[in-house]
Amino acid sequence: MNAVLAVIRRDLLLAMRRKSEVFTALFFFVIVTSLFPLGLGPEPALLKKIAPGVIWVAALLATMLGLSRLFAPDHADGTLEQLALSPAPLGLLITGKIAAHWITTGLPLVLMAPVLGLQYDLDAGALGVMVAALLLGTPLLSLIGAIGAALTLGVRGGGVLISLLVLPLYVPALIFGAGAVEAHLSGLGAAGHLSLLAALLALAVFFAPWATTAALRIALE
Amino acid sequence: MLTARHLACVRGERRLFSGLDFAVGAGQWLHVQGENGAGKTSLLRILAGLAPPAAGEILWHGEPIGRLGEDYRRELLFLGHHSAVKEELTPLENLLFAARLDECALSEAAALKALARFGLKGREALPVRFLSAGQKRRVLLARLAVRQARLWILDEPFTALDVKAVDMLSALIVEHVEGGGIAILTSHQTIPLPGGQVLKI
Amino acid sequence: MSNRLINWFRYASPQSFYPLAGKLIPWFWALAALFGLTGLYIAFFVAPTDFQQGEGYRIIFIHVPAAWMSMFIYLVMAFWAGLGLALNTRLSGMMAQALAPTGALMAFLSLWTGAFWGKPMWGTWWVWDARLTSALILFFLYIGFIALQAAIDDARRADRAGAILALVGVVNVPIIYFSVKWWNTLHQGASVSLTKAPTMAATMLWGMLIMALAFWMYSIAVALMRVRAIILEREAHTEWVKALPEVRGSTS
Repeated sequence: MNAVLAVIRRDLLLAMRRKSEVFTALFFFVIVTSLFPLGLGPEPALLKKIAPGVIWVAALLATMLGLSRLFAPDHADGTLEQLALSPAPLGLLITGKIAAHWITTGLPLVLMAPVLGLQYDLDAGALGVMVAALLLGTPLLSLIGAIGAALTLGVRGGGVLISLLVLPLYVPALIFGAGAVEAHLSGLGAAGHLSLLAALLALAVFFAPWATTAALRIALE
Repeated sequence: MLTARHLACVRGERRLFSGLDFAVGAGQWLHVQGENGAGKTSLLRILAGLAPPAAGEILWHGEPIGRLGEDYRRELLFLGHHSAVKEELTPLENLLFAARLDECALSEAAALKALARFGLKGREALPVRFLSAGQKRRVLLARLAVRQARLWILDEPFTALDVKAVDMLSALIVEHVEGGGIAILTSHQTIPLPGGQVLKI
Repeated sequence: MSNRLINWFRYASPQSFYPLAGKLIPWFWALAALFGLTGLYIAFFVAPTDFQQGEGYRIIFIHVPAAWMSMFIYLVMAFWAGLGLALNTRLSGMMAQALAPTGALMAFLSLWTGAFWGKPMWGTWWVWDARLTSALILFFLYIGFIALQAAIDDARRADRAGAILALVGVVNVPIIYFSVKWWNTLHQGASVSLTKAPTMAATMLWGMLIMALAFWMYSIAVALMRVRAIILEREAHTEWVKALPEVRGSTS
């Protein structure tokens, strides 16, 4: 457990030392969501309708941005080998790395989303549902993304390939995440969507680190 | 006691070596020699359990390393081509992280002492980025000094070291082997160490 | 029993599978042609004109079998991939790699014919129906698999990375289908429902089943041909491949 905490702490420390990566993803998120009204016109009813979808798609893309850097630096400088040789199980250490990835990319998006929601004229209730959905959904994005990052590690054109592999797998998260806000807005209640998101998250927590670890072992050989 | 039986390694479609047998006991060290591309690094990675051999098995005290798993990794220290040192972190942070990863207790004072021993005094708090290649390698040497592992597997440990650092590393290895440890290393240079077996591949 | 088991494992090696596949391929082609011609005959001359959809509906004799095969091939591919990962057999990875392009082709065919069917039926090339959308995502999954394998030079690494992706995909396909369906019901007003199943004439059903068999035989024949090509490529350095008459003939 100590080793896992050490991995998380080190990754957070590294993110602190190269802040630009964290802020790039965050500002990408802000800029993309701000571009939609410019393309579609400022009509509040329309914006309110598309807000959940726009914010979620922007969150998907912002998460994708840094994914190829999730394991690549550790692979290049040999740290990944040392992780694999640690007495602690590699799967746990990788879970730690994914957790750190979420804290540095997913969590800032969650915190920034309400501000962007205001731009789209969402009310307090809808904002609350959106934050809840993102809170459940962004770890899912990090977990699934880690599989893609591990599979494309050290592969030609890995950065582009990763989006090809990962984006189709993001579909359920997108549907339930954006759907939660829409369901709330249409008066149906978001509970169903949120519990399905939570179920997907539980499944991914169990399955994704395993697949990621298997893929990393292949890359290490 | 590390025993290799009938090891074979295939890279792509090329068979690098096959039928490799050797044993290294406590208090011994093994110098793996071979031309570039002969499979020295591949052999060391197989011995460390990072890659499976195409054929054969590796035994640690008579048990296959695959079955030992965690118990084998706890006794092993592997240093590869890459430094596994993070440029953005200071030598002290790097050393402390490595120790936590190895699950061995290392106090900050002990870490500072080890760094000072390898001539990094005064640079503990400087990001590794600002150090020279040789100084980076010294961070790794400090790791050798603090880690309690029975088996050292070192890939080209003498590269990028100046004369003084070579002496320090040699002393470390001698100390390790005389204390009942095992060391397996590759090097293009002649290694300034007494005794030792030679394995040519 | 044990004898039969040994026999099976014998064919798991590329060297013994290569000639076996060579012998089987003509049979599967013959069956594909037989079923295909029968199916098309039923489709064009026996099956009655649909009173609602006219003649245009006849494209389902291609569309439905292609859609079935696209899903089925993904399952088979994931099965081989998982087997290769678990047992470390070389042939399994080759099978998965050989199946992927056919699966992608089937997914593409089902989308393409679906669009052709949709235009006269609902007056639009594309509707965001749950099944169409899932088929599209399945197509993306195939493309991802093929792209990943193509990007990795080392064949064994490509096999194993592809295997993990296929297994992740196979877990996700039902989730994706379910989520798309859920999404579709929520947006029901915007789309046309395709789920109503009009009572189908027995001859239509027969024609469709026979066409499905034809597609099946075609897929097996093509996959076997591709697997033979992959075996030749990957085992080119071995003695047995160099001794093959077709290889000797081409290099001398």
